[in-house]
Amino acid sequence: MDGFGPVERELDEPVFHARWEGRIFGLANLALALGVANIDAFRHAIERLPPRTYLSVAYYGRWLRALELLLGEGSFLASGEVEARLRDPRAPAVALASRPVPPAELGAKRPRRLAPRFAVGQPVRTANRHPRGHTRLPRYARGRRGTIARVQPEAWVLPDTHAHGRGEHPEAVYAVRFSARELWGADADSAACVHLDCFESYLEPIEGSRATGGVDGAR
Amino acid sequence: MAHGDAGDHGRADAHGRVQAETDALRSEALESLLVEKGLVTAEAVDALLRHYEQDVGPLNGARVVARAWTDAAYRRRLLGDATAAIAELGFGGPQGEHIVVVENGPDVHNVVVCTLCSCYPWPVLGLPPTWYKDPAYRSRIVREPRQVLTEMGLALPPQVEIRVWDSSAEVRYLVLPERPAGTDGWSEERLAGLVTRDAMIGVARARLADDARAAAGRG
Repeated sequence: MDGFGPVERELDEPVFHARWEGRIFGLANLALALGVANIDAFRHAIERLPPRTYLSVAYYGRWLRALELLLGEGSFLASGEVEARLRDPRAPAVALASRPVPPAELGAKRPRRLAPRFAVGQPVRTANRHPRGHTRLPRYARGRRGTIARVQPEAWVLPDTHAHGRGEHPEAVYAVRFSARELWGADADSAACVHLDCFESYLEPIEGSRATGGVDGAR
Repeated sequence: MAHGDAGDHGRADAHGRVQAETDALRSEALESLLVEKGLVTAEAVDALLRHYEQDVGPLNGARVVARAWTDAAYRRRLLGDATAAIAELGFGGPQGEHIVVVENGPDVHNVVVCTLCSCYPWPVLGLPPTWYKDPAYRSRIVREPRQVLTEMGLALPPQVEIRVWDSSAEVRYLVLPERPAGTDGWSEERLAGLVTRDAMIGVARARLADDARAAAGRG
């Protein structure tokens, strides 16, 4: 999306601008640690907000709405429970039918079980897929040619399945380098590039190519 | 496309204030419900806030950078395995599972973004500033990095390669800025004072030694 204008920096910005922002930051992090949802489901819940809401509320307003959404979907919050409490501070909380189950493993890094399919220097193309659910391949880089710049260590939980309760399916992750011209066309800066961290299943080899090796795009 | 004028801005701010007041009440109601359900305690929220308001912030990253500027062996370890090198100084934790440090030089400038949400290396920089999470920076830095950096006060010669790192997976990036001229013999502590948050995101250079002296003189 375009047209957002200049980046406006605030001098001496506080960590939180209001008390409630900090409370929501804390509540969301505790809820994720308790297993109310995982981080990928949380990111997807933010993405599921109506676009007009997403753009018009502040950052922690998105967190608040996403947290309520996930608490409701997990039956940790009854429908209308927050509204009832807002109308009447003495409105009773609905007791939990069951407690959330904390995640068995923390973080997203998992032991690597398969050798990575791609090597540094190898040309690749990103898939041109537009799933209805969560993915971490941004639209601007779908169906684009790039070069493997780094093979990140180990394997990483795949957000595309994890966000939807369909398992961790860890995969290799690569920093892929795309020239600005590949992404934005012939008028783009010839001396700029974007690196994206791509899950292995986002990438296809380019026919007839192989790793050229020795190129360390990270330096 | 023209950026909103002051009038637009005024309306947006008024709307934002009303929204924030509603969200403040809603977050209070939500917290009280989650506490009564036995899911969280207010003290646990307090502790998390204290941690991110007081213990974690860009001063951590500044110490890492200053160490790399003064200790060649540390710099090599940092560029090879940043997570481990950063842990040597006692920093780690959520959003720091795997950190990669990218080094600026006379011919290459690195800058970090998360176009999909707000991924940021918490253990070394704390929580991100608002502009990092706003649509303007997220949409524009990948598309016209040289222009955005110029607007933000960092004019780079056209031949300097700009590498944008879009943190689309769980890897977190930290920029190692160039050490300013005129700082030979400076202590690590004094050098750390030149390393700003923005320099470690890559939207600024480290402060100049002369500016730091002038600031100290005024102080």
